[in-house]
Amino acid sequence: MTLMALLGDYTLQNVALGALFLGLISGVLGSFAVLRKQSLLGDTLSHAALPGICLGFIVTGARHMGSLLLGALFTGTLAALLVMALTRYSRLKTDAALGIVLSTFFALGVVLLSYIQGTGNAAQGGLDAFLFGQAAATLRSDLWVMAAITAIALTLVGLCWKEFKLVCFDPGFASTQGLPVLLLETVLTVMIALAVVVGLQMVGVVLMAAMIIAPAVAARQWSRRLEVMVPLAAVFGMVAGLSGALASTLGRGLATGPLIIIVVSLLVLASLLFAPGRGLVWSWLLRLRQRRELHHQHVLTTLHRLASRHDDHAFYAEQGLLEGVHGTAVRPALKVLAQRGMVTLSTQASRQPRYWQLTLEGQQEAERILTALERGGANS
Amino acid sequence: MPTDLHEPNLALHVEDLTVSYHAKPVLWDIDFDIPPGVMAAIVGPNGAGKSTLIKSVLGLAPPIAGHVTLFGRPYKAIRKRVGYVPQRSSVDWDFPTTALDVVTMGLYGQLGWCRWPGRRERARAMDALEQVGMQAFAQRQISQLSGGQQQRVFLARALIQNADIYFLDEPMAGVDAPTERAIVNILRALRDAGKTVIVVHHDLQTVRSYFDWMLILNVRVIAQGPVEEVYTAENLKRAYGGQIALLDSVLAPDSGEKP
Repeated sequence: MTLMALLGDYTLQNVALGALFLGLISGVLGSFAVLRKQSLLGDTLSHAALPGICLGFIVTGARHMGSLLLGALFTGTLAALLVMALTRYSRLKTDAALGIVLSTFFALGVVLLSYIQGTGNAAQGGLDAFLFGQAAATLRSDLWVMAAITAIALTLVGLCWKEFKLVCFDPGFASTQGLPVLLLETVLTVMIALAVVVGLQMVGVVLMAAMIIAPAVAARQWSRRLEVMVPLAAVFGMVAGLSGALASTLGRGLATGPLIIIVVSLLVLASLLFAPGRGLVWSWLLRLRQRRELHHQHVLTTLHRLASRHDDHAFYAEQGLLEGVHGTAVRPALKVLAQRGMVTLSTQASRQPRYWQLTLEGQQEAERILTALERGGANS
Repeated sequence: MPTDLHEPNLALHVEDLTVSYHAKPVLWDIDFDIPPGVMAAIVGPNGAGKSTLIKSVLGLAPPIAGHVTLFGRPYKAIRKRVGYVPQRSSVDWDFPTTALDVVTMGLYGQLGWCRWPGRRERARAMDALEQVGMQAFAQRQISQLSGGQQQRVFLARALIQNADIYFLDEPMAGVDAPTERAIVNILRALRDAGKTVIVVHHDLQTVRSYFDWMLILNVRVIAQGPVEEVYTAENLKRAYGGQIALLDSVLAPDSGEKP
């Protein structure tokens, strides 16, 4: 299939648009959840959506998208408020509260699902698709719902940007600024439930948590300000959504939702490894360079010590002796120091063993290092 | 409901305040007053309820009983005249934001809903940073600041509010000596400008040199008043109980610098 034909494909258009909305809303709202240390809130709320979907079906008796999502929003919000109440009024910590609410609601959902399947209602076919999502079944009308929810959430975030930011960073201070902290926290939490509703059709209740957490975590690696992190998380979410949707066309029956999650997980992996400043590779390289530099300084000061012990600033130290002092190979370090003009290889002895001598510059550098060390020691 | 002010001549008036965490009382029947224009220390052993007292005054820890007025009014009515510096450890310094941005947060309450801080707010934040000697770090990511620098940023965020009464929770905890001196000088300048400064303080050694008013707390009020009257061996022993070893050095003739 050519690209043009792909873009013209009606189903793919729906799936791609839906994935874009999902990436956008979950990236933005997930950022706030992750910064509030509530990464698992998305997991709890998405699992809690299952009983809502089933209730929506039982009440209307048909697989009508609007009522299913309304049910999902209802139980999702209920679960969110329950988590907030549990952490506020009981001795439970947040993780325990999230875990308990997640499993209770999900169990309830599975029970209702099996009950519906047992009734033999023909309309129930495919209700279990909400477990893992069924992106290909996305309809134009579903897109309108998703677009509306995304628009509402983005508007709220835009209007209350500084309030949400302050509540995430320092809720106590936010309260002294006169902000209704509890209300703002509730709105943030309920909006996560909205994002979950958008994602149910695409990735399902089980994998939705990754959509909330992953774009935000990846974006955090690359950004130093919330004003950058949130848009970047939205972009990551949309890129993952679109790539997943396109990738699913490569093979027959490849599931879109899990593909989206795989793409976004790859983004997280790459960000954790390679982001400048915060990435693992970055800090590993930095540490390596610092250690090597420290080793160079160490070798240099050893030469200096030997020279001053022999009262001869032009003292020739044998390489084997230096190796004995340091217990490691010193040749690479000496070579680097020689390149910097701080040590020289003895001129008359071109054969083994090698003898090294401090240059004037090396002597000054060694003294500078030693005085800096002493001053640092005196301060602490 | 009476409209007249309750104890309007006191910067802070606390009556019968009791706060508990579950069944355990953290503060028990607290009565105390702080006159305007003083620099007051709240001292007491760990778990004495010092932070809780501040939080309770600011409506962050709900009391079981009692009432609080500032300049004769309840806190909610004069919130804009009250500045607050929470404990540095109370927030996550890995939050993606800059020093300037944190200081700007002190204006969020005045800005009102749906308005983004603009050039004027940033200029004021820059002034506040300059006041604490941090203007060079305005664009620095807050996680890259030292503990003392973070504390100064927090102080600047309170200064920008231009309040009449300031509450600071352990501002000198874990900061280096130059920062501690800088903070004390800023607080003294506030007091000299007629503001009231109330500080939760952990270092008995410096109480006499830094403060002119003090409250000794250990769940109940042990003593309160001008430092020279209240800072006695008997009062401190009543508050700190068994930790006498620590007190011996503290009660030696004043070791800190005089203002």
